[in-house]
Amino acid sequence: MKFTAPHIEYDLVAPILIVLGVAVLGVLIEAAVPRVHRYLVQTVLAAVGIVAAIVAAVLVLNRIHPRAENPKPGFLSAEGALAIDGPTLYAWLLILGLALLGVLLFAERRLEGGVTAFAGQAAALPGTEAEREASAKGLEHTEVFPLLMFAVAGMLMFPAANDLLTLFVALEVLSLPLYLLCGLARRRRLLSQEAALKYFMLGAFSSGFFVYGIALVYGYAGSMRFERIADAVAAGAGSHALLLGGMGLVAVGLLFKVGAAPFHTWTPDVYQGAPTPVTAFMAAATKVAAFGALLRLFYVAFGADRWDWRPMFWVVAILTMVVGSVLALSQTDVKRLLAYSSIAHAGFLLTGFLGARSLGDIHAGDINPVQAVLFYVTTYGLTTMAAFALVTVVRDAGGEATHLSRWAGLGKESPLVAGSFAFLLLGMAGIPLTSGFTGKWAVFASALSANAWPVVIVAVLMSAVAAYFYVRIIVVMFFADPVGDGPTVAVPSIMTSAVIAVGVAATLVLGVFPGPLLDMLGRTAEFIR
Amino acid sequence: MSNDFPWLSVLLFLPLVGAVAVMFLPKEGPLAKQVAFGVSLLTLALGIAIAIDYSPDGGTQFTENVEWIKSFGAHYALGVDGVGLTLVMLTVILAPVVILASWNDGDAGRWSPRAFFAWMLALEGLSIGVFAATDVFLFYVFFEATLIPVYFLVGGYGGPNRARAAVKFLLYSLAGGLIMLASVIGLYVESAKTDGGATYLVSELAKIDFGTDVGRWLFLGFFVAFAIKAPMFPVHTWLPDTTENATPGTSVLLVSVLDKIGTFGMIRFCLELFPEASRWATPVVVVLAVISIVYGALMAIGSDNIPRLIAYTSVSHFGFIVLGIFVMNSQGLSGANLYMFNHGLSTAALFLVTGFLISRRGSALISDFGGVEKVAPVLAGFFLVAGLSSLSLPGLSPFVSEFLVIVGAFVHSKVAAAFAVSGIVLAAIYILLMYQRTMTGPTREEVAGLPDLRPREVLALAPVLVLVVVLGFFPKPLLSIINPSVDHTLSKVDKHDPAPTVAESTPEGAHE
Repeated sequence: MKFTAPHIEYDLVAPILIVLGVAVLGVLIEAAVPRVHRYLVQTVLAAVGIVAAIVAAVLVLNRIHPRAENPKPGFLSAEGALAIDGPTLYAWLLILGLALLGVLLFAERRLEGGVTAFAGQAAALPGTEAEREASAKGLEHTEVFPLLMFAVAGMLMFPAANDLLTLFVALEVLSLPLYLLCGLARRRRLLSQEAALKYFMLGAFSSGFFVYGIALVYGYAGSMRFERIADAVAAGAGSHALLLGGMGLVAVGLLFKVGAAPFHTWTPDVYQGAPTPVTAFMAAATKVAAFGALLRLFYVAFGADRWDWRPMFWVVAILTMVVGSVLALSQTDVKRLLAYSSIAHAGFLLTGFLGARSLGDIHAGDINPVQAVLFYVTTYGLTTMAAFALVTVVRDAGGEATHLSRWAGLGKESPLVAGSFAFLLLGMAGIPLTSGFTGKWAVFASALSANAWPVVIVAVLMSAVAAYFYVRIIVVMFFADPVGDGPTVAVPSIMTSAVIAVGVAATLVLGVFPGPLLDMLGRTAEFIR
Repeated sequence: MSNDFPWLSVLLFLPLVGAVAVMFLPKEGPLAKQVAFGVSLLTLALGIAIAIDYSPDGGTQFTENVEWIKSFGAHYALGVDGVGLTLVMLTVILAPVVILASWNDGDAGRWSPRAFFAWMLALEGLSIGVFAATDVFLFYVFFEATLIPVYFLVGGYGGPNRARAAVKFLLYSLAGGLIMLASVIGLYVESAKTDGGATYLVSELAKIDFGTDVGRWLFLGFFVAFAIKAPMFPVHTWLPDTTENATPGTSVLLVSVLDKIGTFGMIRFCLELFPEASRWATPVVVVLAVISIVYGALMAIGSDNIPRLIAYTSVSHFGFIVLGIFVMNSQGLSGANLYMFNHGLSTAALFLVTGFLISRRGSALISDFGGVEKVAPVLAGFFLVAGLSSLSLPGLSPFVSEFLVIVGAFVHSKVAAAFAVSGIVLAAIYILLMYQRTMTGPTREEVAGLPDLRPREVLALAPVLVLVVVLGFFPKPLLSIINPSVDHTLSKVDKHDPAPTVAESTPEGAHE
């Protein structure tokens, strides 16, 4: 038997390789570089690595972009395991951009008085002498940067994966570092560890569903490759029950990552317990990666069978919006509230996802579902990131003051912070001239074009419900008087400020001039198989 | 004035830029107020210049059209016809009046007075945008954006329950707006199916035949939003709560200007885009309008709180306007258009003069007053004129419009008209009772020392009342601007399918 070495197009997959390389290098640095220098080296290395990956991704984009000579819609790479096309590259750039913002949040040291928001020594039990000692020494875990980079690498592979095994590997690579990161909070460590364990248990459980689904789909199609599955689905060969079961179980795994009901129960606990920089990064970037993967899997591999999976997603979308919006009404913790809001947004994204139509039904220039979902996830990601970054700034003696009552009177204490947060909330509520509105418009238009009007009506009603809890925070900040001393607004370093500024600016610019980005997405949102 | 120059954009952005500028002025001292007042006067001057240059028979004028979001088919398209122009004029006239009348109202608020005036200017600019937009998407953007200034004006500067009132206002309006959003997106989907591709330009959309079912669903989305905005029975409950807690100036801008978006939208979008669906909905809408007229009036009679009372009178008056719109004949529709302008003036006068009264006494309850006319005769006089204009006394401008609406209603349905007429009688009761209880009789101890109107207050009120009197005797300039638009709307309603019901109700030689 002759062994043929697989052919890898290194230039095409360079962004993933760079990020993975930086992650490995980061691990080595932990071993080789003295503790005092690690923070600086790791931060710079991570930032430089991400920027290099962005450059590499842009170079690939130029080869498929219509401006290139002989533009191609995309390339299959690594023996067909990865599909590098418009949606992949867009998701890459977005994830890398969010990761860069994430690095800035991770590296913030001023808010905790000179150390990062991560535990001094994660192995020390909470409340023990060892923990106090670690805190007193000013220890900090700089491993968070390599962990972040591993997660980013998984996220880059996720939307590009063109066969089920690669998809599963990517899912695990992105999930495992996140489980770990969730348990590393410096304050409220029991809550943080509980969140990590919960996330891990449920995540492992959902991976089980996912793998079983893969097995069933393989049984149906006889291949892991998306294009072969698509052919089998189009030909209608094999047992339909295997296909239905497989699709359903694979969907469970992906919907768990997205945080869609009824697989959402981990979201509030994990978002609340995890260190806020991790929550910010996770909430934004995981959604991008997971929706990229969801779109490719169901549009490319299972596209011909959409009459079967669409009803399921109708139900999930409606349920997700209702659960997210209604349960958010009774929340009193800002982080939990944002978690439920992110569930509701997953529902809105699924609404856009329901716009699946055959290509013949989409006229030139119409909003297509891939374009709509990618646009929405951009607006959502940037707004959410900035919102969580603002949460890190509002503090009292016990760290972040996340209870809603502690935010009373923030408008008087710091008009700038409260004003920015109010603006971001209005963006999430979908008020015009913010990116939330243009995003909502795009996903609703996509769904309505595919005649999913019952879902759109529910979406509109749930937007009204969601508006209520966003407005409630604004009321608390501006119209309520502070209880006791009220919270203080810590002055963050330039890094957190930059994240907030980018998020607020994106919320405004994408709300007023979404045209260029939408056009760009319209030209590139085409999957290859 | 050259028609190529974007005059409407200037008119729209002048107050908005002014609002931003005011925020950078010093917190203390009167400079911010003076600048805000100056900006609003400048806007008024520009508005008058535009109105003079407008030619009544020229259709939509001062048009601008720049592609905005290509993928959505959205344009930055402005332009005014007769209806739009009268409402833009109403906005620019009332803004300086309100700023002058509210000179000290911002001082007691949660934030600085300069923010108060900045929000007012922002509201003025956005309102102009609503009335001048000729693209549905742009209209929607302005429609929703106006909520934010009102929210902060009510929540920051109003009475004791202001936060609650502000939230109630915002949620009602947002709910309506989101329902409309579904229809707005539906318009995109339908227009994308046509050969011309997706567009939001009203002129293009008016050419599309949406079909019966789709047209009716889209109509409903728009109508519900406008009914909440107008406000009509049974979705009016936010208005009394809001005016009870807002400052008089905010109430004026809200009731006199912003609520007109509802009735303006019914004409511009419901009637002109969905004529078939509008005819289909007419019976229900007319019944709701008549209920609004009678119910609003009865609630007004029963109110002891003056701002609540005025809010209920507005519910009644908006019933008249909606009735005039949906009887779909030229008298009714011109009456409704005229009513929008006149109601704006008379309600503004009423809110402001009672606002002066309330701030003097420190109570908004009718039962806390008595015999004020002896201590403050000028105030009482202004109050009487404003009240009489609200009850449509002949010789004052609202009379002309109310008369036209009732004539139109009679042509459409005698029963509806008969109920509507009762609104006039009830109006006399609620206005005169309020006047009698507060102004006449023995002077109560608590009001004995009440100072009369100050020159600033007289100066703010006088122009409004002068306009009310002048337009009462001589409504022709306004009607000559409005009538061509009315004919245009009616031609749209009849265009696709000349329904016998409408043809019957059209009097001979009126317009066809």
